Amino acid sequence: MAITQLSAFLENTPGTLYQAVDAITEAGVNIRALSVADTKDFGILRIIVSDIEKTKEALDKHTVISETPVVVVKMNDQAGSLKRILDILKEVEVNIEYVYAFTGGTQGSAYVVLRVDDVEEAESILERKGVKTLTDDDMKDFLY
Amino acid sequence: MNHYYQPEIETASREDILKLQNEKIVKQVRHVYDNVPYYRNLMDQKGVTPEDIKGIDDIKKLPFLTKDDLRDSYPRGLLGTDMRKCVRIHSTSGTTGKRVVAYYTQKDVDLWEECCARAIVAAGGDESDICQVCYGYGLFTGGFGVHGGSHKVGCLTLPMSSGNTDRQVQFMMDMEATILCCTPSYAAYIGETLAEKGYTPEDNKLKAGIFGAEPWTEEMRQSIEKSLGIKAYDIYGLTELSGPGVAYECCEQTGMHINEDHFYAEVINPETGEVLPEGEKGELVFTSLDKEAFPLLRYRTRDICILSRKKCSCGRTHVKMTKPLGRSDDMMVIRGVNVFPSQIETVLLGAGYEPNYQIVVDRVNNTDTFDIYLEFSKDQFSDKISVMQKREQDLRTSMKSMLGISPKIHLVAPKTITRSEGKAVRIIDKRKLHG
Ligand SMILES: [Zn+2]
Repeated sequence: MAITQLSAFLENTPGTLYQAVDAITEAGVNIRALSVADTKDFGILRIIVSDIEKTKEALDKHTVISETPVVVVKMNDQAGSLKRILDILKEVEVNIEYVYAFTGGTQGSAYVVLRVDDVEEAESILERKGVKTLTDDDMKDFLY
Repeated sequence: MNHYYQPEIETASREDILKLQNEKIVKQVRHVYDNVPYYRNLMDQKGVTPEDIKGIDDIKKLPFLTKDDLRDSYPRGLLGTDMRKCVRIHSTSGTTGKRVVAYYTQKDVDLWEECCARAIVAAGGDESDICQVCYGYGLFTGGFGVHGGSHKVGCLTLPMSSGNTDRQVQFMMDMEATILCCTPSYAAYIGETLAEKGYTPEDNKLKAGIFGAEPWTEEMRQSIEKSLGIKAYDIYGLTELSGPGVAYECCEQTGMHINEDHFYAEVINPETGEVLPEGEKGELVFTSLDKEAFPLLRYRTRDICILSRKKCSCGRTHVKMTKPLGRSDDMMVIRGVNVFPSQIETVLLGAGYEPNYQIVVDRVNNTDTFDIYLEFSKDQFSDKISVMQKREQDLRTSMKSMLGISPKIHLVAPKTITRSEGKAVRIIDKRKLHG
């Protein structure tokens, strides 16, 4: 099922992250999770939001954006949880491009976002091992 | 099926052209000697008299004229007729120093427009065509030259001038323009705008484009042809010699036929001034053969090119010149290496990027910095840093092998580099600011 992550290109000049976040806020969209990867020259903002269409519209004026399916896994906020998930993915040789995490929703839960090379394979093995993955619908009424 | 505007001259035999040139050069030199004191002085200094010029081969004896001569003699020093006979002035932009002003009699204008008409017909134009001219109308020669040529051919002419791209696109679609005339960078921008408005290349009625006034590459031709669904033809000219139409491409698209009945071309070694044989690369030198108001003898264009007399499949017999391979004006020396912007464009377009880029050269701590800001397209964006970095790295590697030095590549978001409606500003050399 996967979740849609939006990625936005940010030039490495002062204020570009602010502009992007400001545009999203103006559109009345909640950012559920966020990560920025950057180099000397540019950054890539990766976000999971409450409203994908509104966000795309808001960011389109500022920069180029793309949609990427990512796997989001809910896990207990305790030691060893992430390792267990990585172990499962390793077993089926799914490569992880990058990963970031966020908390919220149910008390004591943590969420990890996995950008993998094979979303379908990753989700199916996680499901078989009893690990819940989230969908875009889950994100819409995700509670903080 | 080949069409010509003036078949008798465009397909004349080599002997006939030579005969014509031999007659015309004698008269032209006499005209200049008698009416242009500036050039008479140059001839006197060199010890050449009009009597020494008996035919086109004697042209080697004449002194060269340079852009500096034109600037030094500004505004009227090279005028060859009574001002009362002049009907028009055009001028260069003067971005690199004093302006060059060129004068035209009615006959000069007619000959120039005929040259442009030949170019339009060579691009497939006839009286059934609708020719959209978005070169600037004004002191710049582009607009009026092509406009006049379009009239001579009998095309329905849309005198759009440059700018206001939305209106350009609307007229193009509503009037069903079939031939587009502008700078290649503006043609690329029009293509981009059409796509943005949701048009496919099949939606427009254009069949050909005649693009000039700035250097462009074969790769850019292919990109424009694809985005507009047309054949793109090069046209060459200089304000000093009249304007666009000094040379133009035919259906073969393998170089531009020089209108040899009006302009005699030589290629010289730019260091020594020695005339080079056909096929060798050097600086292009032009001599006008029948101009009245602004005749120029052995004018050094600073354009580097190659001439070829290989038989052309279009049937035209006039000598062909390659696209300028570089302009000594545009040549940058970066870290001791000669770099032509056209080489950079070749690499960028070859790697699948659009021609939206800017080259910035500066000097920091006595070392030249060399940066290229390049727009990537939506399809070229990836959420993975590694993919984007690889794009930059790959370009650095190809630049290094093409130029011998590697620039810093900065990918920037689509639409962030300012679009140009005329000549694109591709190079910002900040070293000049430091003096
Ligand atoms: Zn030809």
